[in-house]
Amino acid sequence: MKWNKRKLTDRIMSGMSAACVIIAIIPLVSILYTVTINGISAINLDFLTQLPRPVGEPGGGLGNAIQGTFIVVGIACFIGLPIGILSGVYLSEYGNNRFGRFVSFVADILTGTPSIVAGMFAYTFVVLYFKSFSAFAGGVALSVLMIPIVTRTTEESLKLVPGSIKEASLALGIPKWKTTLYIVINTGKSGIITGALLAIARISGETAPLLFTSFGNMFWANGLDKPISTMPVQIYTYAITPFPDWHTKAWAGALVLIVLILVLNIGVRFVTRRKYAM
Amino acid sequence: MKDRKLSFFLKSKFSGDNIFEGAVGLFAIGVLIIALLLFGELYLESGLSRNAFGFGFLTGSIWDPVSEVFGALPFIFGTLVSSFLALVIAVPFSLGIAIYISELAPGKLRAPLSFIIELLAAIPSVIIGLWGIFILAPFIRDYLAPPLSTYLGFLPLFQGPMYGLSMLTGGVILAIMIIPITSSISKEAIQTVPIYQKEGALALGATGWETIRMSVLPYARSGIFGAVILGFGRAIGETMAVTMVIGNSARISGSLFAPSYTMASVIANEFVEATSKLYISSLLEIGLLLLLVSVIINIIARILVSKLLRVEGGGRA
Amino acid sequence: MQNKITVNDLNAWFGAKQVLHDIDIGIEKNAITAIIGPSGCGKSTFIRCLNRMHEVVPGAKVSGKVLVDEMDIYDSDIDPVDIRRSIGMVFQKPNPFPTMSIRDNVVAGLRLNGVKDKNVLDKTAEESLRKAALWEEVKNDLHKSGMSLSGGQQQRLCIARALAVEPEVILFDEPCSALDPISTSKIEDLMLELKEKYTLIIVTHNMQQAARVSDRTAFFLYGKLIEFGETDQIFKKPEEKSTEDYIIGRFG
Ligand SMILES: Nc1ncnc2c1ncn2[C@@H]1O[C@H](COP(=O)(O)OP(=O)(O)O)[C@@H](O)[C@H]1O
Ligand SMILES: [Mg+2]
Repeated sequence: MKWNKRKLTDRIMSGMSAACVIIAIIPLVSILYTVTINGISAINLDFLTQLPRPVGEPGGGLGNAIQGTFIVVGIACFIGLPIGILSGVYLSEYGNNRFGRFVSFVADILTGTPSIVAGMFAYTFVVLYFKSFSAFAGGVALSVLMIPIVTRTTEESLKLVPGSIKEASLALGIPKWKTTLYIVINTGKSGIITGALLAIARISGETAPLLFTSFGNMFWANGLDKPISTMPVQIYTYAITPFPDWHTKAWAGALVLIVLILVLNIGVRFVTRRKYAM
Repeated sequence: MKDRKLSFFLKSKFSGDNIFEGAVGLFAIGVLIIALLLFGELYLESGLSRNAFGFGFLTGSIWDPVSEVFGALPFIFGTLVSSFLALVIAVPFSLGIAIYISELAPGKLRAPLSFIIELLAAIPSVIIGLWGIFILAPFIRDYLAPPLSTYLGFLPLFQGPMYGLSMLTGGVILAIMIIPITSSISKEAIQTVPIYQKEGALALGATGWETIRMSVLPYARSGIFGAVILGFGRAIGETMAVTMVIGNSARISGSLFAPSYTMASVIANEFVEATSKLYISSLLEIGLLLLLVSVIINIIARILVSKLLRVEGGGRA
Repeated sequence: MQNKITVNDLNAWFGAKQVLHDIDIGIEKNAITAIIGPSGCGKSTFIRCLNRMHEVVPGAKVSGKVLVDEMDIYDSDIDPVDIRRSIGMVFQKPNPFPTMSIRDNVVAGLRLNGVKDKNVLDKTAEESLRKAALWEEVKNDLHKSGMSLSGGQQQRLCIARALAVEPEVILFDEPCSALDPISTSKIEDLMLELKEKYTLIIVTHNMQQAARVSDRTAFFLYGKLIEFGETDQIFKKPEEKSTEDYIIGRFG
């Protein structure tokens, strides 16, 4: 009798944990489903290549927002990838001291920075300085989010490179800096690339830090020092209006953005599945 | 010979090795500079507000841009309550998920299930917010709120009218957003439990569940606690999705059905429009608070889960 | 008999722990010198002192003199990088560069020291692989990953890689301990060929191997050089009791 009750509890608790997984997957499925259903009808060549039109006018698209997202993310990569990767190289190859461990810790903590705070920083640092919202300010905000991620993923992937590989190189009379630059980085590059791509996927969807840095623009990009439209901000702008027509545009924009990000995420995981045996 | 020594001295001082180490070292210093600037800028630029309101900023409940009186209490309240609500919902689910994936699921299912759950973390916040406005909020208004007010309506928490955009909706959406991180770190904590811990219990004739309750969970508890704290950190810093569903009303209410406002939301909504210096400065002080709290939370969490935590690029802050 | 390397009063430390004590030894040119002794006695440390790889480990220290052709490699104006180029090393576990092709592995040392000419690189790759008795097996797969080879082939690839930078001395640290008997005998044959042109030092755990390939043998114990002499003499008539114990213990 007692045993049966224990067995029953066991069954129930197992069933409940399985139910947790299923329930947690429901929102994901629902999001993917609704975004696809509501967005797909509005997607066509015009949507991907045209400028937005005022409310009520049919047609128009998010061409400039797509362009702007690539530009802003590009700026963020231009600033963030070198700093992130090279600081990661330092931490892994020269950072086994107090300073290195401290930097690594700080980078770790920075990965938890609320994204909107990065936006405020870029506002005070760049927007106030140039007295204008700009694509550049948006890129700075996103790079602040990107750098700690890239720093730490680079550090971790280079630390996985076996010491025997470094010794082999040093023993050939290759100086340490060339060993690091050409042998260690080369061996750990798949990890570095994975980290960079995941960081790019993450910042591509960020909205909050762009609201008051890159701001928005109804036209094509006309300079890095000018406000620029981006997909996430444009989706937000459309979503909170009362116009059904714009809601459809928001869904369609969401579909484009989600495809972009999921391709990055899933692609990365396939690429990293093929690991070199070391 | 002297000459050779000198040229060697110069060569070694300016050797490729030293130059390279110095160069990458500068980038590492760059990371520290970013952290310093982040704090420094927010601290300096919020000076006006700190001077004007002092500690009263944290306890004042009036937020009035017209007469330039700024108290952040409604937003602090909204952030804390919505994040706490998110934890109340997300923690049991995350534990269930972590236990299922690490202990119960068939071997082949484990990796794909983890991947799917973590995929949720890759969806941009603004898209979750869009879904929240049009799917989740009406669902909660029509199917979740009525039974809550019918059966639990005696509690102040579930009283008053419910229009969809509410503290409850905000809490639910935050819960959805933090489940990936809390469950995956809890899972890693559970996976570090050594086999002999489990075998000890199993050998005593414990069932699977009893083993989990008696030896797995206690062993993994500090890691799980770290996961919860980290989830909390994510929740308080989350901006777009909450802003889109929480209703954005700076009134403190005891009911979860009422709209509310969070620290991150007020920044997102008002920063662009803020015209006066004091107004901007007050918003920056809210940002500084957010940053401080999230740094503290992250430090605590990292101490708890230090070894478990891998850096994940796919997550969302 | 001419010595390629003369070691005087060599001491080595890891942090505060001294692992080599007052080593004096002469390494004969164009010969194979075997280093034997129980595990942990300092064999690896000793040969790593000969190409300044010891100091790569944080906290490691060396004192004493190591003369290679009369030049002290620990002289303050010597760049360890140059020393390592002329004294190559082959490690216990084969360690080809995992992301490089077979050819790129072989010429990595040249390339990273500035040789760009593709013809020179190709020619060196072939020559080195031939010297390492690997050419025939891989000549059609030069662009495959070095990791695709078997363990024994990988070790010969590492030997080819060391040969490509044209060293004068090659240090082998238990090069066969991870290999099967057939691969082991290939490497032993190879060493016998290489000694025509190079000075070789091999650390080994395997008494038969030392007896088979080496001309002279040094026995180390607790970081000290106990006995050094012609291989025949060391194995047949050791002068020290501990050498005899070790050899007999091993053979018995
Ligand atoms: N990286 C290291 N740090 C500290 N001690 C070490 C290190 N490598 C080796 N040792 C110590 O130095 C001594 C000699 O080691 P080693 O030269 O590797 O011996 P062998 O090659 O004869 O087995 C041993 O006591 C070993 O524990
Ligand atoms: Mg050894």
